[in-house]
Amino acid sequence: MNAQIRQLYGLFALLFAVLVGFTSYWAVVDAEGLEDNPDNRRALIEEQTIPRGLIYARDGRTVLARNRAVRRGGTRIFVREYPRGGQFSHPVGYSFIRNGQRSLELSRNDDLVGEEDEFQSILSGLEDRAREGKDVITNLDVGGTDAAVAGLAGRKGSVVAIEPQTGKVRVMVSVPEYDPNLIPSNSRQIFSDPNQPDLNRSTQERYAPGSTFKVVTATAALDSGKVSPESIIDGSSPKEISGVPLENSGGQSFGAISFTDALTNSVNTVFAQVGEDIGRGTLVEYMRRFGFYEDPELDYPGEQMVPSGIINADGDFVEDGFDVGRVAIGQGGEEGQIQTTPMQMALVASAIANDGRLMRPRLTDSIVRKDGRVAERIQPDLQSQVMKPETAEQLAGMMSRVVEEGTGTAAALSGIQVAGKTGTAEVGSAAQFTQPWFIAFAPVEDPQLAVAVTVEQQPSGSQGGTVAAPIAADVIEAVLGG
Amino acid sequence: MSARARELFGLLPVSLLVAAGFAAVLATRTEDVSDATLTYGAVFLGLCVLAHLFIRARLPEADPYMFPLAALLAAVGLVLIYRIDAELAREQAQWFVVGLIFFCGTILLIRDHHVLERYRYLIAAASIALLVLPRLPGIGAQVNGAFLAIKLGPIQFQPAEFAKLGIIVFLASYLRETGDILVRPRLRPLPGTSQLLLYGVPAALTLLAILVFDLGAAGSVLLIVFVASLVAVLRERPSPKHFGPLLLVWGLAMLMLIVIRDLGSSLMFFGGFLALLYVATGRLSLIGVGATMFFGGSFFLARNVSHVQERVDIWLDPFKPAVVDDEGYQIAQSLFAQADGGLFGRGFGEALIEFGGTPIIPAAHTDLIYAVLVNEAGLFGAAGVIGAYLLFAFRGFKTAMLANDGFSKLLATGLTAVLALQVFVIVGGVTRVIPLTGVTMPFVSYGGSSIVANMVLLALLLIVSDHARAEGIRRGGLV
Repeated sequence: MNAQIRQLYGLFALLFAVLVGFTSYWAVVDAEGLEDNPDNRRALIEEQTIPRGLIYARDGRTVLARNRAVRRGGTRIFVREYPRGGQFSHPVGYSFIRNGQRSLELSRNDDLVGEEDEFQSILSGLEDRAREGKDVITNLDVGGTDAAVAGLAGRKGSVVAIEPQTGKVRVMVSVPEYDPNLIPSNSRQIFSDPNQPDLNRSTQERYAPGSTFKVVTATAALDSGKVSPESIIDGSSPKEISGVPLENSGGQSFGAISFTDALTNSVNTVFAQVGEDIGRGTLVEYMRRFGFYEDPELDYPGEQMVPSGIINADGDFVEDGFDVGRVAIGQGGEEGQIQTTPMQMALVASAIANDGRLMRPRLTDSIVRKDGRVAERIQPDLQSQVMKPETAEQLAGMMSRVVEEGTGTAAALSGIQVAGKTGTAEVGSAAQFTQPWFIAFAPVEDPQLAVAVTVEQQPSGSQGGTVAAPIAADVIEAVLGG
Repeated sequence: MSARARELFGLLPVSLLVAAGFAAVLATRTEDVSDATLTYGAVFLGLCVLAHLFIRARLPEADPYMFPLAALLAAVGLVLIYRIDAELAREQAQWFVVGLIFFCGTILLIRDHHVLERYRYLIAAASIALLVLPRLPGIGAQVNGAFLAIKLGPIQFQPAEFAKLGIIVFLASYLRETGDILVRPRLRPLPGTSQLLLYGVPAALTLLAILVFDLGAAGSVLLIVFVASLVAVLRERPSPKHFGPLLLVWGLAMLMLIVIRDLGSSLMFFGGFLALLYVATGRLSLIGVGATMFFGGSFFLARNVSHVQERVDIWLDPFKPAVVDDEGYQIAQSLFAQADGGLFGRGFGEALIEFGGTPIIPAAHTDLIYAVLVNEAGLFGAAGVIGAYLLFAFRGFKTAMLANDGFSKLLATGLTAVLALQVFVIVGGVTRVIPLTGVTMPFVSYGGSSIVANMVLLALLLIVSDHARAEGIRRGGLV
């Protein structure tokens, strides 16, 4: 019998080794995976017991997110409160135990909960300092946001405004918005609302950009030396592009016309020809420099951003095989249709405004400790040199003409010279709606703000110049005038 | 150094652990420091020393390591429970006292464990009655879908904890007697043609069955082992006596699955039986038939008894969105708690047990106490506790090997095996090795029945040990 007993002991030794093995797996090997599991609310719960950092607008005074202390059971916890309601819901987001986190509340979570590295936490342990969150000062402009919300006036759409030299995001408005204070009680209703108030249309929704995309085409054409602003091109209508006749807006024929005048009047046939001249490769290369085909390099959660680019009927990004003439004017076909987020178009305007230098967009200005010391200041960061400074200067001149005497006159402001470009995409199964766009920057001589505005599903006949341009003007005035 | 001196020395690390553990918990609760809490530790140690003196008087030659190991585990349990809820710890300490009374009572009452053989059928009947008790209306209580507890007024009681002792005593006695029939001399090899018939036909049929019914990997292995074992058994031209006990206990285990609906305790009982059967007969083929029949039956029940099926589904994927906040919550939170512990743990008193009335580790003091242990003491602490169980099992099997007669050997083996199996079932459940079921972690988990039953188990092991070692010394052998 003793031999069997010995074997039995061996079996149990093996079984217990399995137990230790599994424990090692959960406690050490897969610990990170389990900690990142969205159903694991431990970190969130522990974070609720420390005062989370506040979130401020750019002025450092307007509070966008703060805490309310409540007693639950025997512990004091802090519950998030958003004094501005839905106004900043898309850039700021929310943070609640049951619902998790979104937007800046998610992407800046480590700062907001005062996450420290090993060395610092030993130090604060020695000082017997309670862990506390750091405040986040954003770049968001309250006046600009007010103006954007007022301008959209309840219509679905988005306004993005960026400071070109620094990439600071001054406005990121998406309508409809949701009230983050209602997330704990009404999340199901908010998330299932057919109007998708939880969708950040600035970064998560792609639209046909219409003629605003001609600015990208113009960048590629000018910077690659194919044309100059003075080049004379045939603007007659209709014109055969990829074997199919293309018409100008309203069927207007312009005859021989300079490249500048073609942008001023948004002449489709000219830009389609230019697109075909520069070719798909060059166009895609310049798009990539502008940041197309990648998520914006914004301090914002990746799952709340989508890339812009040329997308075929199957929903896949393509870099070849598309009708370059039609993509060049912001349209496309089965093989590829240009689709952009408002954020991407704001980055296009921003790069032109900043001598061709695209700065990484930033929602955060700085991270500040409770005692007022600045923990981190986010420095301007060059993402890419999209074009030569001379090209940017030429484009700025051409876009000024659009606002002075072209399709974008509604964006003109007294005392501030605005450069811009309108766009009006036809959408819907029978082209029964339009998607008005306007991208702009101002003042032209020393740009301080680049803006992109778009409004969804407007009645046929609504134009970028009449619907979107005035909103852009209001936002520019609100941010720069104040 | 004498055995008893070693035992007393063994209690030293226990006292250190108790002092350090309580101090650590106290340090995290600066608000309610009181002298009363530290006296728990002192009283616990005093009781252990008393028990030691009792063993010294009544069982002078008993194994010196088992009692300190049990005390160590109980101390770990007490610290963890105290950290979860001071009131529960006070109750647990009371149960520990009751357990010690039963421990001493058992030793006083059963001077020679062979008397148990005389009452084996009575013990078996009583054990089965105990198992069925929770299904009786009025006193039975369903916990998490399993029928493991009965309620008598304010007292909740888990009869399975005691039934396991009775069933082991019965099996040890029964197999001591019938085991000899089961052990057969080696047979001569069969002629070629019969050999082909005996092995070839079942092999072909098995292959066919696997292909036709499209069994999965687990099913195929199960079937192959079953057929191979069955052929090996049949080759010896068995009489019904071979299969009688096996079928009986298998039926009993299946019935338990259906009646008390608990995979864990069925596994524990049946595993204990197989361990004894193997030790009694030394025949793996019998074990092969039994084990595959058990797993086959469990698979079948898992498909057809909704409660068992649910447990298995949750085990396979606890993070499914449909169950993670519901039936899968317990195991998912168990894994999260272990991940939070890491290598060295967060320290005693630091784990997140509940928050605002919502349990973060549900049933922290019973089913998931191992998860709390990993969370607070880390992988190293938990491996230490598993090591303590392994040492305990080692001493238990050592006792069985030293024993001189079949009954003593089988009894010590069975008691040790069933305790070790219980550890495997609950810790394996918490770490997702097997589906999580509601058995306690011996000596550690909160629970009066568990503590008392395991103290009786310890007493029986020590009685067997004392007899064996005393005999060894009489014969002049070294122990």
